Amino acid sequence: MKYEVVIGLETHAELDTESKLFCGCSTKFGSEPNTQTCPVCLGLPGVLPVMNKKAFGLSLKTAVALHCEINQFTNFDRKSYYYPDLPKNYQTSQNYFNIGNNGYVDMVVDGEERRINIHNVHLEEEAGKLVHPEASDANYSLVDFNRAGVPLLEIVTQPDMRSIEEVENYMQTLRNILLYIGVSDCKMQEGSLRFEASISLREHGSTVLGNRVEIKNLNSMKAVLKVLAYEMTRQSSLLDDGKEILLETRLWDDVDAVSRRMRTKEDAHDYRYFPEPDLVPFWINQEWIDETETAIPELPVCRRQRFVDELSVSDYDAGILTEDKSLADYFEECVAISQESSKELSNWIINDVLRELNEQKLNVQDFVISPKMLTELVEIKPTIGSSIAKEVFAEMVNTGKSAPVIVKEKDLTQMDDTSELNEIVVKVIEDNPKAVEDYGLGKKNALAFLIGQTMKITKGKANPKILTELFKQRLSSISK
Amino acid sequence: MSITNEEMDHLSDLAMLKLSAEDKDLFTKQLNTILEYFDELQEVDTSDIEATSHVLPIRNVFREDKVEESIPLCECLQNAPQIKNGFFVVPKIIDTE
Repeated sequence: MKYEVVIGLETHAELDTESKLFCGCSTKFGSEPNTQTCPVCLGLPGVLPVMNKKAFGLSLKTAVALHCEINQFTNFDRKSYYYPDLPKNYQTSQNYFNIGNNGYVDMVVDGEERRINIHNVHLEEEAGKLVHPEASDANYSLVDFNRAGVPLLEIVTQPDMRSIEEVENYMQTLRNILLYIGVSDCKMQEGSLRFEASISLREHGSTVLGNRVEIKNLNSMKAVLKVLAYEMTRQSSLLDDGKEILLETRLWDDVDAVSRRMRTKEDAHDYRYFPEPDLVPFWINQEWIDETETAIPELPVCRRQRFVDELSVSDYDAGILTEDKSLADYFEECVAISQESSKELSNWIINDVLRELNEQKLNVQDFVISPKMLTELVEIKPTIGSSIAKEVFAEMVNTGKSAPVIVKEKDLTQMDDTSELNEIVVKVIEDNPKAVEDYGLGKKNALAFLIGQTMKITKGKANPKILTELFKQRLSSISK
Repeated sequence: MSITNEEMDHLSDLAMLKLSAEDKDLFTKQLNTILEYFDELQEVDTSDIEATSHVLPIRNVFREDKVEESIPLCECLQNAPQIKNGFFVVPKIIDTE
């Protein structure tokens, strides 16, 4: 493309708390409308909001995990605007002293490390939910305040992203971090994680930012990527025609796959922020920050690199293993117990364990095969062979028994005693003169047939390598 | 510092108030009297004084993350001008042009 694209992202994540930010109403999703409200979250006069300690702690944790400078003094501000889902006509948010500023997210794009700078991380309250009746001639909307007052974390990047791929990577990386540190369940289908994008174009090499367009109403990562592609096309054709890009807010319409200009007055962004008098200020001392730092687990991007560097896992596999924290934990437990190669363990997890988890729609913590059981299987594999090992795995899934028990019960240990196998080979050759003749005539599958017959007799337990060797020796001496 | 008529228009827009021409003149004058008072305060030398963000000398007031009972639906909706299926009914919101 002729232009360089410049993208910044605002992420809203609902924090994983039981109760709302300023009152004891439940944050449970999907309840009957307006059954989780009280005078505080309905914005009735005379009430006093009190900060939820867990929500504040989770915000601090996120700011620390995103390498922000933590403001030791932080407070809350009123952001005033009128909208029917906002009962108080202002949103309690942060503007002047955010919990964190100037952080960053490191990610890997095409094998190269890339840093996206975070402008700020701040805590605010959710608005209610507006429901629009399906009938197009309906002249009303409906409001449910169950969501009003749910703790919401906003994470704002600098305009640092230069391609749609980078945006996709950032969204996934950030989501993984939030899941890893356990601050949000990040369920996009329930609106726990939402994005707003701002996008502008400029000539390559230009250092001045073009007029940016903000886009709201993005309920999935796919929608973000679609709208950005749409806006790139729309804006570049405007610029090609010598037209100006308007500084505006647009809404994404997922059904028609277009963005539409939002109806706003030019001065609508006059939020008149001022300090929230109903909440006292907050001081975060160094001890609290240190405690929070130690509570943060190794983040996915570092863990992935460590798996590659120290455990000889390929970058691709390391990416799969670290995408889900509990899966990465499972892998590390296996590596800690077992003498077998971590590569072999990783293969089992990625191919077999993940397939089962997907089929059974399970988390790895709830999987019947524990790390110890998987390592036992991998350790016993050389004595039973690869294909039987797969059968044992399936049996473990079905019965919950350990690999050594299954191997013993079913007598599955591989036969690799050459003299014992030799006897069977001699017998199979005697019993199948036609196949032996075919082999002499150069028919390749005659050998496979003979091996198959032997496997039938040994119930699949014959060591295929030794078996092949024995047949080749014996058959070549016959055909001479 | 004083408020102009244009700023008064802007303020009444933000406050969603429709003001008559007389009201506007009156409020502009009154607001300017208040601002003059602030001008007087500006004369005090505050260069050595730390900014105050809150009048109370307390900080870090928290509540534990515990669910408490919400109010009954009928109480929640008792001030609603109109109700439908447990929702508040509001005029239709149109976001796009």
